Amino acid sequence: MPAKKLKTPVSSGLSVRDGDALLLVGTMKGLFLFASRPGRRRWSMAGPFFPGSSVYGAAFDARAGRKRIWAAPSSMHWGAELAWTDDFGRTWERPEVPLVRFPESSGAALKNIWQIAPGRASEPDTLCCGVEPAALFESRDAGRTWQLNAGLWGHPHREKWQPGGGGLALHTILVDPADQGRITIAISTGGVYRTDDGGRTWAARNRGVRAEYFPDPNPEFGQCVHKVVQHRAKPGRLFLQNHWGLYRSDDGGDTWTDIANGVPSDFGFCMGIHPQDPDTAYIVPLHSDMFRCTPDGKLRVYRTRDAGKTWQPLTRGLPQKNALETVIRDAMAVDSLDPAGIYFGTRSGKLYGSRDEGRSWTLLQEGLPPIVCVKAAVVANSRAKKRAGNVRGRARGTAPRRVRRKRAA
Amino acid sequence: MAVRFLIPGPLRPFSGGVSSVALTASPATVGDALAALRALHPGLTERVLTEMGDVRPHVNLFVAETNIRDASGLATRVPDGAEIAILPAVSGG
Repeated sequence: MPAKKLKTPVSSGLSVRDGDALLLVGTMKGLFLFASRPGRRRWSMAGPFFPGSSVYGAAFDARAGRKRIWAAPSSMHWGAELAWTDDFGRTWERPEVPLVRFPESSGAALKNIWQIAPGRASEPDTLCCGVEPAALFESRDAGRTWQLNAGLWGHPHREKWQPGGGGLALHTILVDPADQGRITIAISTGGVYRTDDGGRTWAARNRGVRAEYFPDPNPEFGQCVHKVVQHRAKPGRLFLQNHWGLYRSDDGGDTWTDIANGVPSDFGFCMGIHPQDPDTAYIVPLHSDMFRCTPDGKLRVYRTRDAGKTWQPLTRGLPQKNALETVIRDAMAVDSLDPAGIYFGTRSGKLYGSRDEGRSWTLLQEGLPPIVCVKAAVVANSRAKKRAGNVRGRARGTAPRRVRRKRAA
Repeated sequence: MAVRFLIPGPLRPFSGGVSSVALTASPATVGDALAALRALHPGLTERVLTEMGDVRPHVNLFVAETNIRDASGLATRVPDGAEIAILPAVSGG
């Protein structure tokens, strides 16, 4: 007698109030949502959404009064698409014809959507997304229609970009909050590129970033840049985690300085930057590109508070033995509250969080599918900041409790 | 008799929930049948074919018992009254 087929897990949405902290956690088997009051002591979870599809890209768009979550489920069978919810997952919009499609003239087909980036606050209907094969798509009508950025697609370097282990992907998009014409992107493997004219032309910005896998370790392009982060209030300040190499730029990427000072390894993927302090950044070093696990079986986040002159391990609440973990490029996020919350997810499906800027950590959820992206946001930011300030005293040094699961899948 | 597509469960949100779709046209090939299907349910064809018009690598199309990859691909002939099954490959992870 054939086995009874199980129903695909279905989850209702998340109950979210103004001021709540929100986490979007993309995994290899769907998207999960987490919400907490601004003190971030208890988290509720909903998901999986899009069970069976990997979700490498997710974003929360709070501009123009929206409370919209974008997600990029990618089915091995049926392809990648953009979907969105305006009610925290109760209902999702999935257009019949996927929104992001390569034009026929490009000769390309979409493999995955790696990044979704809302545009500037002053341009509330603009969005970008980065895809595989490496390309940038833009929308100027709040996501209803998307166009391939022709300047980058037509770049003469493009035919020499090479796929890394995860494919040839445009995985990082930094829309400069101040300079209306500037967007910085990163491609594995192609390196950092920047436009200063709104996307018409792009130039490589990899000076000082090494590529150890080429005969010339200092090429103009071809670096395997894993992640770049930018400070919102000081947009010239960038940190870069390379495939071997840790860097800082103080000139918007024109030049890069090696800042791998005192880290156990300068190989890694993920990176976060403090929302208020441009000198503070977070990484999770990995042993090597041949191993790609945390060194010595210790799960350590390293933090610099002096722009990379020194780095200190943050271990309180993190396992310090038998923890051969991997945190990939988009699996770390920082919220905008004060004190800042730092979050990361592992390939083994563990989600960790700190609500005291990394001093202490809590395992928020385990048993998830492999985590490939973590995004943090605050719903109705102005109220949230006020409330977070109210709880700052009692939050300091106190680890939040584990996740209260809202509804089992 | 009409050519009919058999729709797998994951794609039924794009077929109005039904498990099969009959074409009113009489397509000569699988490619023609998919074009006719696109006019009825564009979401189905979009998830079977890439933007380049190729069958997605982890999707199989069977005309009766024949996988079109073992025949003439999208040029595989479709007999009158045939059923074309859209099936996900066993790939996964």
